[in-house]
Amino acid sequence: MKALRNYLDKIKPNFEKGGKYEKLQSTFDAIETFLYVPKKVTFKGSHIRDSIDMKRTMSVVLIALMPALLFGMWNVGYQHSLSIGETNGIFDNFIFGAIKVIPLIAVSYITGLGIEFIFAQYRGHEVNEGFLVSGMLIPMIVPVDIPLWMLSVATAFAVIFGKEVFGGTGMNVFNPALIARAFIFFAYPAQITGDKIWIAGLTEGKGIVDGFSGATPLGNWGQNIADHTSFMDMFLGFIPGSIGETSKLAILIGAAILIFTGIGSWRIMLSTILGGVFMTLIFNMFAANEYMKVDPLTHIVMGGFLFGAVFMATDPVSASQTNKGKYIYGFILGIFAIMIRVFNPAYPEGMMLAILLMNTFAPLIDYYVVEANINRRLKRAKKAVN
Amino acid sequence: MSKQIKINRGLNIRLKGESEKTITDFSSITEFALKPSDFHGFSPKLLVKEGDEVKIGSPVFFNKTDERIKITSAVSGTVKAIIRGEKRVIEEIQITASANQEAIDFGKANPNDLNKEQITEKLLNSGVWAYIRQRPYTIIANPSDTPKAIFISGFDSAPLAPDYDFILHGKGDIFQLGIDALAKLTSGKIHLNLHSCINTSKVFSNSKNVEITYFSGPHPSGNVGVQIHHINPINKGDIVWFVNPQDVLLIGKLFHEGKYDASKIIALSGSELLHAKYAKVIGNTCISALVKDNVKSGNLRYISGNALTGSKISEKAYLGFYDHQITVIPEGDFHEFFGWALPGLDKFSFSKSYFSWLTPVKKYTIDTNYHGGERAYVITGEYEKVLPMDIMPMQMIKAILAEDIDMMEKLGIYEVDEEDFALVEFIDTSKTEIQSIIRKGLDLIRKEMN
Repeated sequence: MKALRNYLDKIKPNFEKGGKYEKLQSTFDAIETFLYVPKKVTFKGSHIRDSIDMKRTMSVVLIALMPALLFGMWNVGYQHSLSIGETNGIFDNFIFGAIKVIPLIAVSYITGLGIEFIFAQYRGHEVNEGFLVSGMLIPMIVPVDIPLWMLSVATAFAVIFGKEVFGGTGMNVFNPALIARAFIFFAYPAQITGDKIWIAGLTEGKGIVDGFSGATPLGNWGQNIADHTSFMDMFLGFIPGSIGETSKLAILIGAAILIFTGIGSWRIMLSTILGGVFMTLIFNMFAANEYMKVDPLTHIVMGGFLFGAVFMATDPVSASQTNKGKYIYGFILGIFAIMIRVFNPAYPEGMMLAILLMNTFAPLIDYYVVEANINRRLKRAKKAVN
Repeated sequence: MSKQIKINRGLNIRLKGESEKTITDFSSITEFALKPSDFHGFSPKLLVKEGDEVKIGSPVFFNKTDERIKITSAVSGTVKAIIRGEKRVIEEIQITASANQEAIDFGKANPNDLNKEQITEKLLNSGVWAYIRQRPYTIIANPSDTPKAIFISGFDSAPLAPDYDFILHGKGDIFQLGIDALAKLTSGKIHLNLHSCINTSKVFSNSKNVEITYFSGPHPSGNVGVQIHHINPINKGDIVWFVNPQDVLLIGKLFHEGKYDASKIIALSGSELLHAKYAKVIGNTCISALVKDNVKSGNLRYISGNALTGSKISEKAYLGFYDHQITVIPEGDFHEFFGWALPGLDKFSFSKSYFSWLTPVKKYTIDTNYHGGERAYVITGEYEKVLPMDIMPMQMIKAILAEDIDMMEKLGIYEVDEEDFALVEFIDTSKTEIQSIIRKGLDLIRKEMN
C-alpha cells in the first residue's frame, strides 16, 4: 500500500494548479480521496471529528439498496423464464438478470459521474458523492428493457437540469433520479408504460408462452381490471415491475439498515405509509368502484410505493429539511400517491409524480415550520415583558 | 424539591484518558503568560512594558472600549516579553514569577456587608471581574448592566472534563462567599445547575442563596447556554451572566483573603498522557512542566480546554484564562487507506454506520483528522439530534452564511454560543466549521447592535 501512496504523492503535483493536468484536478482528487481518507487535520473549533463522512453515508445507502437490487436481478431472469415457459435455477435466473441490469448501472454511472466530474472541475470544488446513490437508483426504477441510449440521455438530463443548474449537490429542488424517470416517462412513454415492457424480451415477443400477459398488478388495477395476484407474491416480489421495486421484503431490509444507522429518515418513511393508508381508507369508505375497494396493505405492496417511500422520498436535499416538516411532507406525499393511482388511469403509478410534486412543496412546508419556531420565540419574549 | 430537567438529545463522546482523582502540585512553575485572545471582543491596551515588575493583582492591560475592565497578573515577578503577531497584535504577555510572591491587598470583606457598587469596585480593581461573562456573545460582563440572572453550571459534561465536585471538595464555605458576592449583582436569581449523576457530593447542594436545578442526560447538558435555554431563556435585549464554579471560588477567595488568588485545579486528560490526573496550578501557567515526560511519543495535539471547544496550543504554551483542562490527543495527519470503507470497530461515530455500535461502552482514541472532505450541506435532521434547544440549527447556519441579520435574530441567535454547536460540528457529515460560523454570526449581530 505504501507504494501506491508514494506513487500518488509523486504524481499529485501534475494535477495541482500550474501542473500538466490541472484540468483533471477534481478527477484526481476524487480518486485519491476514494483510496485514502485525506490527512487534513482540524485547527480550531472541535479538534475531533466524527468518523462519518459523505462517502460512508452514501455507501451505507448503497448497501441498503443491495437486497432490492440483487433480488431485482434474479427477478428479471425469473420473469423472463416464466414468459417463455421455462423453469430455470436460481443461479441461471440471476445471471440472466445480471447481464441485463449491469449495463444499465454502468451507463447511468458513466454518464452521470462524467458530468459531475466536469462540473466539479468547472466550479473548482471536490466531487460530491451524492450521485453514487442517484446513479444506482436510476436503473432500479426503470423497466429492464429500456434502451441504453435512452437511459443515458435521461441521466444526463437529470444531472444537468435536475441538479447542476440549481447549483449542484445540496441545492437541487427535485430528486435527480426521479427527474430521470420523469424524463423518460414524458419523452418516451412507450418505453415505460404498458403491459409488455416490464419483462425482458416480452416486447420483442420471441418464444413467449401463449396468453402470457406480463401486466403488473398495478397496471391491471390502473385499467380497472381486478387483479388477483396473491399478497405474498407481491410482498416477496415475484411480480413484474421496475427492476428494484418488486420485492417489498428486500426494500424493508434496506429500510431497516437506513433507520438503524440513522441515515434514512424514519419520519418520512412512516408518515408516507400512514398517508397512503389514510387515503386508501377514505377510498374504501366510498368504494365507488372496484379499485377504490383495494385495501391499504395491497396498495402498499403494489408497484413502487414502498420503494419510493424508503429510497426516493427520503432524499435529504429534496425532501423537507425540518423534522416536523418531514411528517407533513411524507403524509401528504402518501395521500397524493394513492390519489393519483386511483383517480388518474393515465398514471398507474402515482408515487413518482407525488414525490416530485411534494419536492416542490417541501420548502413551503419548511417555511411554515420555521415560522412556527420564530413565533414561539416571539410569544415567549412577549410573555416575559408582561 | 429542586426542579429536574431531562436533556434527551446530545452525545457523550467516549474518549480515552480520563483524569485519575489525584492532585499533583505544579504551583511552583515560574513561567506565565496572559493572552488577550482569550477575551472575545476585547481591544487590549498595555499597562506594562518588558522588564517591569508586577505584583499579584497588578493590572497588565485593560480594554480600550471600557477602561474599567482590567486584566491583572496572577503572580508577582517580571514582565519577560511581549509577543506580537501580525499587524502588531498582542499575542502574549509573558511573566516570570520571582521566588518572593507579593500580592496587592484589596481588603478582606464579607460580601453580605457590602453593596452592589462596593462589590463591583473590588472585583474590577482586582481584575477578578474578567471571570464574570455574559450571554449573549460570551464576552466579559459590562459592569453597568444588571443581569436578569446569573448562571453557574456545577458540572462540565464535555469529553474528559474536570469533576467540579472533586475540585471544590471541602471548599464549600469559600464558594458560598463567592455566591453571596454575585447575588448582590443581579436583580434576579443565581441559578446553580447540577447533574443528577455527576454531582453526587454535598459541596454544591448545600449552597444557599441559589436556586438549584438538577439536569440529567448527556453532553451538552453541562453547557450554560443549554441550561439558560431551559430555565430562563434569553430574549432580545436580555442579559444573563455566567461564571465557572472554580471562578466563583476565586471570587470567594478575593473577599476571604483580600487577594487575587488565581490558583486552580485543572484536569490533565487525553489518551496520549501517560498519567492523566489533576494538577494544582496558578492562572495562566506554562504547561510544559505539566506534560513533560508524561506523554506518549508521536505527533501530538495539545489543547487548552476540552477536545470540542478548546484552543490548540504548543507543548510549551500557556493555559487559557477560562480553561480548567488540558487535553492531549494524537494528531491525525496521515492518509488512511480506504478509511471510509472499513468496518470501523475502532472508529467512534454518532451514527451507527461503523460497527463500533457493537461496543456501546468502549472508550476511544480519536485523533484530529477530519475523517473526510468538506461537502455541501446534504444530510438533514442530524444536527437536531445533538442540540437540545428549540433552535433550528441548519436554518441558523444558513442565515449566518447569508448574513441575514433579521433571520438570525428571529431564529434565536442570542441564545446560542459556539460551544453549544460544538457537538453539531463534531457529528457534521459535511465537515464544515460550524463553531466559526456561529461566532461569525454573533460578531455580526453584536456589530449591528452597537
